[in-house]
Amino acid sequence: MGRYALKRLVQGAITVWFIATATFFAMHMVPGDPLASDKAVSEKIRANLEAKYGLDKPLLTQYGIYMGNLARGDFGISFTQENRRVNDIIREHFPVSATLGILAVVFAALGGILWGALTALNRNRMPDIVIMLLVILGISVPSFVFAALGQLTLVNINNLLGFSLLPVAGWGTVAHMLIPSLVLGLGTMAYLTRLMRSSMLEIMNSDFVRTARSKGVPAPRIFTHHQLRNAILPVITVLGPSIAVITTGGFVVEIVFAIPGLGRYFVQAVQQSDYTVIMGTTVFYGAFLVLMVIIVDLVYGLIDPRVRLE
Amino acid sequence: MGMSTTQVATEESFSRSAGKQLAVYALAAVALLALLMWLLNLLASLTASAAGSSTAVDAANNTITIRLSEEPPQLDTTLLTDSVSGVVIAHVMEGLLRYDQHQRLVPGMAERWEINAEQAVFNLRDALWSDGEPVTAHDFVFAWRTALDPVNASEYAFILYPIRNAEAINRGELPLDALGARAEGDRTLVVDLERPVAFFDKLTAFSTYYPVRQDFYEATGGRYGADADQLLYNGPFTMESWVHGQSLDLRKNPRYWDRERIRLDRINVAYIVSDANAVLNLFKDGKISLASLTAENLAEAMEQRWHINRFMDGSVFFIEFNHRPDRLTRNRNLRKAMLLAQDPNELVYKVIKIPGYLPGESLFPVFLDGVRGKFREEYPAPEHRMDIARARQHLEKARVELGLDEFPPLVMLTGDNPVSNIQSEYFQAVFKKNLGLEIRIDRQIFKQRLDKMTKGQFDMVLAGWGPDYNDALTYGDLFASWNLNNRGRYANPEYDRLVGVAQGSLDAKVRMDAFDAMQRIIYEDAVLIVNYERGQAYVTDPRVKGIVRRAVGAEQDYTYAYIDMDG
Repeated sequence: MGRYALKRLVQGAITVWFIATATFFAMHMVPGDPLASDKAVSEKIRANLEAKYGLDKPLLTQYGIYMGNLARGDFGISFTQENRRVNDIIREHFPVSATLGILAVVFAALGGILWGALTALNRNRMPDIVIMLLVILGISVPSFVFAALGQLTLVNINNLLGFSLLPVAGWGTVAHMLIPSLVLGLGTMAYLTRLMRSSMLEIMNSDFVRTARSKGVPAPRIFTHHQLRNAILPVITVLGPSIAVITTGGFVVEIVFAIPGLGRYFVQAVQQSDYTVIMGTTVFYGAFLVLMVIIVDLVYGLIDPRVRLE
Repeated sequence: MGMSTTQVATEESFSRSAGKQLAVYALAAVALLALLMWLLNLLASLTASAAGSSTAVDAANNTITIRLSEEPPQLDTTLLTDSVSGVVIAHVMEGLLRYDQHQRLVPGMAERWEINAEQAVFNLRDALWSDGEPVTAHDFVFAWRTALDPVNASEYAFILYPIRNAEAINRGELPLDALGARAEGDRTLVVDLERPVAFFDKLTAFSTYYPVRQDFYEATGGRYGADADQLLYNGPFTMESWVHGQSLDLRKNPRYWDRERIRLDRINVAYIVSDANAVLNLFKDGKISLASLTAENLAEAMEQRWHINRFMDGSVFFIEFNHRPDRLTRNRNLRKAMLLAQDPNELVYKVIKIPGYLPGESLFPVFLDGVRGKFREEYPAPEHRMDIARARQHLEKARVELGLDEFPPLVMLTGDNPVSNIQSEYFQAVFKKNLGLEIRIDRQIFKQRLDKMTKGQFDMVLAGWGPDYNDALTYGDLFASWNLNNRGRYANPEYDRLVGVAQGSLDAKVRMDAFDAMQRIIYEDAVLIVNYERGQAYVTDPRVKGIVRRAVGAEQDYTYAYIDMDG
């Protein structure tokens, strides 16, 4: 187990290095000038700006310097917010995205498992049909539609009640998190419901369940230990990447609900060719995704004794 | 027989039992969620202020809540370039002079001043920084030297160039202490001018001219203006807290010299959000006192029958031609043909249709002052009438001059936003229909568009220009051959001469005549096609009075605002 974890971590580090390298060169190849501004500046100032950000050096030298700094955990300073370090941006804004993301994942996982199990138990009956219809909706409608709709509904509810039941946008209290995280988790919840349903159906008809039942194992025990526990496995597998996808993909929800998460910076940085922020957020998110996948693989071993981590 | 009946019963009872079990789990899940929420709430209350929960108007605490469209990128006045930062900084800092609610220049840190052709002398008032130290003439000298120091690479350093030796210092040719600005004692600031400047008083209201105190600046270790406690305040408000990307808390500054004038105790910037629908939803929910209206949310605002305010933000938008020798658009007849083939009225009233927009007639917008009244009233813009027949004659001349059989497609570079999109499509259709010209739209996001503009990779570009100071020169010198912002590289010695006159003369009549000549050259030579002057439509909470919007300086000003519950 220890050796396996170590091996995976080394592989992960190589992946992150690859992500950093690919992003670095792709970013420099995309047209756009990070120092371009509305007001044109003189040659001298331009040269000083380039020197400040090290853009005056050959690309490979820049790459070397960047990797050196990266190894020391220094992401540099932002191009658009000249007095802020990218490390500070990540440190201040990632917790927000993470909070939102975790909450969304909890919503998605709990909802997905419960709805999935419910539909499987009621296969081809009313609850199954209704929920599966909603699932198709949840998978196919993009999150910005849900975000806008959710916000509009909130405004209308608040107007109807005459007081603010839940805030329309902003950040700071749990009330602010509720709707955004629900919206953010909706797509994943729908996907997990479908996954859980099919895996549950497969388990319900499997030999060991039949054996358990003929042995006279009490029904609650069969449901919990034999069915749910086994059916959850595929759900856990996709949960890791889902956490990363949800946490990194939250920018639409962040923009609509005025949430100061990292996703906004991620997207704006690309639009503004803010090299250091692009690199910082990409490498950070990349490392995060890799780490989540590793953790899930390790957890997998704990849940399913058949998986031997060697 | 008995076997089979029990079997069926078991199947059903199993299912029922599993359902019950599931319900128990669901309850547990809800309980778990509630617990998680409670924990998060506890955590959140430890870290964040509940800024987002207040209402648009809080009369009991004399507080209004507003939003910003983006996080202020830069509150270091020596480096500041954007309008959002400009709005914030104008509330917490003050320069030598400032603009009042009627856009008149009034005393700020300077009590009295005298400006002649060679020199400007400012007598500072008894004003304090937020830490209790006096604001002195040294603070201005330090700020200006810092902005001009080439090492700091300030993009707005050019606005200080009227000060003697400023440009040479900024180019690295002279040391910082050669700057023609010195403190005579703490209260007298003497500025030697490079050349006579008719509008130097107006320049001192600009944020690059704001004071910066040396000891504080140096103590921040390169983080000046990066956080609420990394900035020193001398304006109507101080910044109590700044949660990046989320909120700014502005409180009335008890040390501000003119504090009697300030009627609000607190401005709560509780939201940083650009999404047009989110902004409108916040306004509808009574969370913010002002909401900008855009093409996307205008219909909704009209449906609600709110009173829609508008103001001209001073920006002029135009098609800028590429005059470089390798481009077809260097040909005057081709440009003239396009100029005559379009109608700004149609663009503004039938295509864009946002209240507040004005059809473009001149590079010099309507708000600019002339000799006595408004410039555009004293010097009407050249008359334009769409004339397709004449346009086609010009096009034919151009074709012969350029030695072409037919015109290849022309590239129109444009930004990626709703207005530019319909604007570019309008011109594509109009030039096709009226002239048979093929226009290829090259849509780029902001930085890429700028990059291509600077490198000259376009035949025409949808561009715009906003004012830095309240004088026609801020627009006029844009097409001087030496101006780096002249990205189409238009070069005309006569135009340059006129810019020189407007720069150096102190005689208002002579200067305004020069600007008039410029607007005529621009039309006759079809240097560009003026499209529109941008207006902004917005709604405000009726209980908040005295909000000032302006074209030059802070575009939103709440220093005159107050709450009137009968509103």
